[in-house]
Amino acid sequence: MKELLVERSVARFAAARAASALVGSGNGIGVGPLRLAERDPLALPGPDWHRVRPILSGICGSDLATVDGASSRYFEPIVSFPFVLGHEVVGIVDGGPLDGVRVVLEPVLGCEARGIEPRCPACSSGRKGACERIAYGHLKPGLQTGYCADTGGGWSESLVAHGSQLHPVPEELSDDAAVMVEPTACAVHAALLGAVVPGERVVVLGSGTLGLATIAALRHLTLPAELLAVAKHPVQRELAAALGADHVVKPDELERAVRRLTGSLALPREGSLERLTGGADVVFDCVGSSSSIASSLAVVRPGGRVVLVGMPGTVRVDLAPLWQREITLVGAYAYGCEMTPDGLRSTFDVAFELVAAARLERLVSARYPLERYEEAVRHAASAGRRGAVKVVFDLHRAEKASWRTARAADTVSQNAAPESTPPKRTPRVTESSKLSEPRKITKQVEAHE
Amino acid sequence: MSPRPGFVLEVDRSTPPTLFWHGEGFRLERLPVGSRVIYPPEPVAPLADPEAAIRQALEHPVGDSAPLSALLHPGSKLTIAFDDISLPLPPMRPPDVRQRVIEAVLDTAAAAGVDDVVLIAALALHRRMTDDELRHALGSRVFDAFAPHGLLLQHDAEDPSGLVHLGMTEQGEDVEINRRAAESDVLVYVNINLVAMDGGHKSVATGLASYKSIRHHHNVRTMQHSRSFMDRHNSELHTSNWRMGQLIAKAGVKIFQIETTLNLDTFPSQFGFLQKREWEWSLKDRAAFHTTRAALDRTPPAMARQIFQSIRSPHALTSVQAGEVEAVHDLTLANVHRQQLVEVQGQADILTMGLPYISPYNVNSILNPILVACLGLGYFFNLYRGKPLVREGGVCIMSHPTPWAFNPVHHPSYIDFFEQVLAETTDPIEIEAKFEESFATDPWYIHLYRTSYAYHGVHPFYMWYWCAHALQHLGQVIIVGGDRAAVRRLGFKPASTLADALEMAEDVVGRDPTITHVHNPPLFISDVR
Repeated sequence: MKELLVERSVARFAAARAASALVGSGNGIGVGPLRLAERDPLALPGPDWHRVRPILSGICGSDLATVDGASSRYFEPIVSFPFVLGHEVVGIVDGGPLDGVRVVLEPVLGCEARGIEPRCPACSSGRKGACERIAYGHLKPGLQTGYCADTGGGWSESLVAHGSQLHPVPEELSDDAAVMVEPTACAVHAALLGAVVPGERVVVLGSGTLGLATIAALRHLTLPAELLAVAKHPVQRELAAALGADHVVKPDELERAVRRLTGSLALPREGSLERLTGGADVVFDCVGSSSSIASSLAVVRPGGRVVLVGMPGTVRVDLAPLWQREITLVGAYAYGCEMTPDGLRSTFDVAFELVAAARLERLVSARYPLERYEEAVRHAASAGRRGAVKVVFDLHRAEKASWRTARAADTVSQNAAPESTPPKRTPRVTESSKLSEPRKITKQVEAHE
Repeated sequence: MSPRPGFVLEVDRSTPPTLFWHGEGFRLERLPVGSRVIYPPEPVAPLADPEAAIRQALEHPVGDSAPLSALLHPGSKLTIAFDDISLPLPPMRPPDVRQRVIEAVLDTAAAAGVDDVVLIAALALHRRMTDDELRHALGSRVFDAFAPHGLLLQHDAEDPSGLVHLGMTEQGEDVEINRRAAESDVLVYVNINLVAMDGGHKSVATGLASYKSIRHHHNVRTMQHSRSFMDRHNSELHTSNWRMGQLIAKAGVKIFQIETTLNLDTFPSQFGFLQKREWEWSLKDRAAFHTTRAALDRTPPAMARQIFQSIRSPHALTSVQAGEVEAVHDLTLANVHRQQLVEVQGQADILTMGLPYISPYNVNSILNPILVACLGLGYFFNLYRGKPLVREGGVCIMSHPTPWAFNPVHHPSYIDFFEQVLAETTDPIEIEAKFEESFATDPWYIHLYRTSYAYHGVHPFYMWYWCAHALQHLGQVIIVGGDRAAVRRLGFKPASTLADALEMAEDVVGRDPTITHVHNPPLFISDVR
C-alpha cells in the first residue's frame, strides 16, 4: 500500500522549515519529513472500525505547514509518528458491512473513536473538535485522522476509520463536491461561531479554500449587512464575489475599504491611514499569520470579534488594540454540532448542504496522483498565484496529473483526459442519505440491509 | 510685430517629429503624413502698466456698477474672495496677479476708511491652500497683514454655521454660499481667467458654495449637456451657474467682479522649446530639449515631479475688467478668445494629445490616474467651440505615464474611488447613482477636507463627470506609455507606442484615418467649423 508518510526527524523538520522560509511555502517538500512509502495496510483498531480507500484527498493549509516544518510545536503531544497526512477525504469503504459505500471522513478522533467511556464533556455535548481526550484511549495520540499513527491518512491508498467518522455521500454529490465537505464544515463552524447578528458588517480575510468556504457559509447561514472579502489573486477575487462577497479588495486595500464600508474615522499619519477608529463588527481571519491577525485587529471595531479560522503558529502581534478596544479573539477549530434555526445539527450535515447549495466543487482545481506528491504540494502552496484553489490527490487515477483553473472548474479540464469528471458512484445507502438526515452510517446501512 | 495666430500644420515628409508632453517628460513622435497638428497662438502683448490698468478697472467698472471707491464707506463690511491654487497653471512668477489686484482693492478700501475686511480663498470643494501657497498668491504684504489676525480665511463648504441658504432657482437648485461673503456690503471676487470656463457667475456660485449647491451643476447630466463647458453659451454647467448667480444678485449680495486674463507665455525661457513649433527650433532649442530629456531620463519620477512643480510661469496680464458680473465676463471671454482661439476646419477620426504633469487639481502634487483622465478627456477634449476635434465614435489617444500613484494627503477619496468605484464600473451615470452620496457625506473625507489639505470626498466623482461628454462621444480611449493596470482600471486601452495606438485605433475608426494632434499646453481653444 502506497502512502505519504511523515516520520519524526528533527533534522528533516528543520531542513523543511529552512527551505520553506528561504524559498517559500511548499518548498520543504524535497528535504522535509514527508516520503512516499510502501507499507502493509494498518490493522483495524477495534470493532466498528472500517477500512477506507480514499478517492480524493485534499491538501490543506495545515498539511502544508507540516510539510514545511512550520507547524507549531504545540501539536507535538497530540500527534503520533509516523503519520500519514490527509484529513479531507472522500473514499469508499473497503470490506465489512459497509463495503462499497462512498463516504466522507470526519477526521476528528474524539472519545467515541477512541473507545473512551464516559466521554469527555465536549464530546458528550457533540463538540467533537473540543475533545479533551485526543491523546488517550486505545489509539495513539492524534487530534485527527492524518496525524495519528494508528489510523493512517488520506494521502494513501488506504486508511482506517471509526464508524462515527463516516458520512455517506448522496449519489448526486460528485467526488469533487464530497472532498470539499470537510473544509466546508470548518467554515460552517467558524461562521456560526462568529455569531454574526443580522445587519452587521463582516470581513473575511483570505480567500483560499477556507476563506471562500467561509464566505459561502456566512452568505448562506447568516445575514450580514455587508460582507467584504480580501483576496490576493484574480481567481480568488472572482470566486469570492461569486460566493457572495459584496466587496472584494486586495490586501493592501483592506483598511481603506473597511473605513469606507463602515464610515469610520481614522487616525492619520503623514496622510496615510494609521488606524481606524471604528471598523467591522466581525472579522474572520482565514490566513492565521502575524500580519493577518494584526490586520484583523486593525479593522475590527471596538468591542468587535475576530474569529481565527486559519491555523496560526507562533506569531508576533501587538495586542494593545485587543486590550484597548476590548476585542474578542476567538479560535475556530474543526466542527461538531451547531445551533441552527432547525435546532442542534451536526456540522457535517450543514456542510453537505452548503457544498451542494454553493456548488463548492468548483473550488477543486487540480488533481495529482500520489506519486507526484512533490508537484502537488508545490502547486497547493502556490495555488492562488497559479489560478487554483483546492489541490487534491486523486488516488484512483493514473499517474498523469490533471488540473483545471478554478474559473473553469465546472466544465473544463485543461490538461487532462476527458474522463476528468469522476465516474458516478452509487452508494449502497439510498433513502437514508438525504442531506437533511443524520449520517450515522452504521445504523443506516443496517436498516437498509 | 503682432503675435502670430494659432496654426494648423498638415504633416508631410519633411515635417520634423512632433513634441508630445508625457507627464514629467516628453516624447518626439512622427505623426503619419497627412495628420494635422494644431499649434497655439503666440503670446499676445501684455499690458504695459498692470497696476494702472487695475486701478483704471476699479474706478471705471463695466455694466451696472459704481466704481469700487463709491461702493465702500467707513463701516462697510468688505469681503475679498479670490481664486485658489488651481489657477493659473503653472503657478505664476511673483507678483501673482491676485496680489496685484488685491493690493489695489485694499488701497481703495483703506482710502474709503473701510476696516472690516476679510479675505477668503474660494476653494469650493478643493483642498485648502498651505500658508506658503497663500503667501505666493497674495504676496507677503497682504498675507502678513491678514493671516496672523484670522482675517485670511479659506472657504469651508462643510461648515453649517459658515453658510447661508439664499433660496432655490426656478429649476429647484439650492443656492447656498459662504455666509461672510453673502452678508458683506461688498463682495469683491478676484478672478484669473486662464481658460474660457473660468469666471462669470461661476466664481461665486461655485467657488463659495456648498456641496448641496454645487451638486446641481457638477453632475453627469449637466456635463453631458455642456458642449463644451469651455463655451459658456453652450454649457449647461454655466447656464446653471448663471441661474444661481442671478438669484444671488436678487438676494441682495453686491458682487464687484474683477476678472483678469493672461497671455500664453506659459513656460520659462529654459523650456522655450515648449512654446515653439518644432521646425522653428533653433540650435539652442534643440540642445535644450535634448539636454532636458536626457536629464529627465535619469531622474527618479518623484524628483522629476518636484522639478516640474517648481516651474513658475511668466504669464503676463493681458486685460483686467471689473464691475457687474455678466458685463465683466463678456469682456473677459473676448480677451480669452483673442489670445486662445484657433480656427480648425472639420473633425478627425483620431485625436492625439500629450498630457503634461499638471492640472488644476494637482499643483504641488501627483497627477493621479483619475486626474490624467480628467486632464485629457475633461479639459483638453473640451477645449473646443462648435464641435469636438474628433468625430463621434472616434478615438482619443493620450500620452502620459499614468502611474498608479496618489498623494494621500491631497487625494484620499481618489484612492478609494480608484480602488473601489472604478474597479466596479466606469459608467459615470452608474457611479453617480450608486456611490456619490456615500463619498460626499463620508465623515472622514469631510474631516480631512476641513482640517487637512484634502479635496472633498466627492471631488474624484466630479473629475469623472468632467470626462462624461468625451466618454459618451468617443469610440475608444488609448493611453500611450501608461501603467497598464492603471490604464485598464480607467477603462481605457494601454499602448506602448503611438504607432501601436494608431493601429489599435484603426480597429475602431477604420483604415487610413484622419488624425489631429493638439499641441498644448500652452492652452488654446479650437474653433471647429
